[in-house]
Amino acid sequence: MTKSSIKLRAQIKNGVTTVKALISHPMETGLRYNKKTGQPIPAKFIKNVKCLSNKKVLLNSQWGIAVSKNPYVSFRYSGGNTGDIIEFSWIDNTNQSDSIEAKVK
Amino acid sequence: MMLENKFNTNVSRVISGRELFSSRRLSISRRLFLKETLNSAAISLAVSSGILLPMQAFASWNEAAFTASNLQTAIKSALGSDLTEASNKITIKAPKTVENGAIVPITVSSSLEEISTITLFSENNSTPLVAHFELDKDCDAFISTRIKMGKTSNVVAVVSASRKNYSTRKQVNVTIGGCGS
Repeated sequence: MTKSSIKLRAQIKNGVTTVKALISHPMETGLRYNKKTGQPIPAKFIKNVKCLSNKKVLLNSQWGIAVSKNPYVSFRYSGGNTGDIIEFSWIDNTNQSDSIEAKVK
Repeated sequence: MMLENKFNTNVSRVISGRELFSSRRLSISRRLFLKETLNSAAISLAVSSGILLPMQAFASWNEAAFTASNLQTAIKSALGSDLTEASNKITIKAPKTVENGAIVPITVSSSLEEISTITLFSENNSTPLVAHFELDKDCDAFISTRIKMGKTSNVVAVVSASRKNYSTRKQVNVTIGGCGS
C-alpha cells in the first residue's frame, strides 16, 4: 500500500471537534516557467476538497491556484463523538484524487 | 441567480427545491414544473435511501469566479452578488508582514450566526479568489489554511450568514511574491 497523500487528525475537546488535514500536493499554478528550458510548467492544483463525518458533508470547498503548496486546512464542528469516522478527500484539475479516513480522538 | 445556479450543481442544492420557485423559472409551463418536481423527488429519494450518496458527487468548480481578474468580479461570480456588508464580527488572523508570499497562514473566524460559506480573496493576486468553503450548519465559523500572495495586498474574507454576505479585510505585506514569480 502506498502512503496516502493526506494526513488527517480529528480531536474532540469540550464537545467541539477540530479537524486538521495536511495534503501533500504540488499546487502548481500553471503560471511558472522552467528556468532552464523556458517551458511553462503545467498547472496541477486541487479543485475540490470534501470532508464527511458519518456520511454527512461537513466541509465542501473549491480551491484555486492560490492555495499554498502542500495545503493545510483546519475547521471545527460541534456534535461529534469519539470514534466517529471522518472521511476526507480531494480531487485536482488532472482528475487525480485521494481520500483518507480517521477516527475522532 | 444564473451565476448561483452554475455554481451549485451538487445534488443537495438541486433537490433543495428553492430554485424551482426562483424567478428564472416562474415562466415555465406546468408540465415542465411537474416533471422537474418529480425528478428532484426521485433524486432526494435516491439520496435518502443511499443509492446515490451525495459524497460521490463532487461539487463543480466555479471557473468564472476562479479566473476573474479583479476582486469585484470575483466576488460577484463566487457569491452571486458583489454587495457585501462590512462587519466587525469577522476576524482574519494573518501575519502583518511575510517574507515569502508562497505560504501565508490565514485563519478566519466569526461570531455571526447561521454561517453557510466562507470565501477567501487576495485582492492583488492575478486571480483574487483563493478558496471557497461551504460549511455544514454544525460547523463553527472557523477556517484555517495557507495561501499564496503575489504581492502586498488586502486579504478579504466574505462570510455568508443568513443569506447575507459580510466581509472584512486585512492587509498583509509581502516581501517576496509567491504567485508565478
